[in-house]
Amino acid sequence: MNYLILTMVFVSGFSIMTIELLGGRILAPYFGGSIYVWGSIITVFMLALSIGYLLGGRWSLHNANLRRYGSLFALSAVAILPMLLWGNDMMEAIFLRFTDPRYGSLIASTALFFIPTVIMGMIAPYSVRLLVQSRQSSGMTAGFLYFVSTLGSAAGTLATSFYLVLWFEMNHILIAVIAALMSAGIGAVLLSTTGKLQFND
Amino acid sequence: MINRTLVTILLALLAVPALQARIIHEERSLYRNIVVEDSRLLRCLKFTRVRANPLNQSCIIRNQPRKLVFDYSKLVMGSVLLKPRPENILVIGLGGGTIIKAFHELFPEAAITAVEIDPAVVAVAREYFDYQDGGGIHTVVADGRVFVKRALLQEEEYDYILLDAFNGDYIPEHLMTREFLQEVKALLTEDGLLVANTFSTSNLYDHESVTYASVFGDYYNLKFSDTVSNRVIFAAHKPLPAPASLADRVDQWQERLEPYDVPLKKVFRSIQDEPDWDPSARVLTDQYAPANLLRGN
Repeated sequence: MNYLILTMVFVSGFSIMTIELLGGRILAPYFGGSIYVWGSIITVFMLALSIGYLLGGRWSLHNANLRRYGSLFALSAVAILPMLLWGNDMMEAIFLRFTDPRYGSLIASTALFFIPTVIMGMIAPYSVRLLVQSRQSSGMTAGFLYFVSTLGSAAGTLATSFYLVLWFEMNHILIAVIAALMSAGIGAVLLSTTGKLQFND
Repeated sequence: MINRTLVTILLALLAVPALQARIIHEERSLYRNIVVEDSRLLRCLKFTRVRANPLNQSCIIRNQPRKLVFDYSKLVMGSVLLKPRPENILVIGLGGGTIIKAFHELFPEAAITAVEIDPAVVAVAREYFDYQDGGGIHTVVADGRVFVKRALLQEEEYDYILLDAFNGDYIPEHLMTREFLQEVKALLTEDGLLVANTFSTSNLYDHESVTYASVFGDYYNLKFSDTVSNRVIFAAHKPLPAPASLADRVDQWQERLEPYDVPLKKVFRSIQDEPDWDPSARVLTDQYAPANLLRGN
């Protein structure tokens, strides 16, 4: 197994849940903290991940390589930026147009979280593609990747809800997530050009 | 020896009504457990079955429903000293509606808007605590923060705002931030009064205090010294007058507040305008709002 890929999968699992948990906080000033706000957030994350899995799998069919894999991380980091920079403006505009907080929170979740989560969803099947050696071991490889990725999600959930929100401001946590995804992405791209890591097509 | 026996008997007698408490309504709403309990003297709305913490209940005396039971409600009524004639009242957090009913009796001309997030609490207040809409009282089921934001958009104004949303075991963190208080302040008329029922214990006290100070500057802090109760805050746009200048009004109001069992002299004496918190505590903001975690620490 490739430690670089496993580390990156852990980072992406961690980041997804950190953003999902902060999502409740981000939406609360505009749409409240009710069960439907969480419903909106979880719906959007599930939907975005499902589409991400589909697209990531498709994209891995041709020319799968570490460079492209790294670019997914860099791209997801960039896709988180709008919620950091213009999140409040976007929510304010949505708050003005939609008076029902259920649909307001659903649309706001979509606007803020859908695109970055789709991109992060693409990472999972792409990792499987890069690591699978043979048909015989493919199930084991995929299972181990899910294990690491979901472990990352568990760690991200716990760390964010127990400690990070107690120590840091929300935007600082988001910046850290962006930095982690970006460095993972750039690291992978750099390593791919040095040719140290090769994946057979 | 006899004394001790007497005390034991007395304590046992006091415990009897508690033992006889009877649950007359129980439900699990979207937000919490709701229990309505009758004892010989009291009818209480509780948000938990086990702990009898005044923070998470609202009670009435069954044969004297006008009397306010808890210290914090009595402290809240002290606000008549600063705002003797409120016209447009906003209350965030309903509970059993006892304070709202008292306001309605004292100020029958005032329009009162009560905002409560939990429709089940509204239904229980109506069913078991004789709370009614109409005659100036208007109840809205909404999140307090969302209501305030919408009210600002519609350019509504209130000359009296009571924040009383923290009567559960869980604090709605988005209702305890600087940004929320700024929104509430913007909703307050130039001569309006903000009254907030908040926590007096735990680390949260310092954080909450500096958060109010960051928005309102100096404010009145009310706590009864002889009991562990809540802390009530009075704040406004302009600096509040020196508490001593309100002494005349105490005499004017004492009698009117008697039916509600408000010891106005004691309330007046409990007003403090000097900070008694750690000013270096971190202000709670939308970016940093771990109120529930801070409370536990």
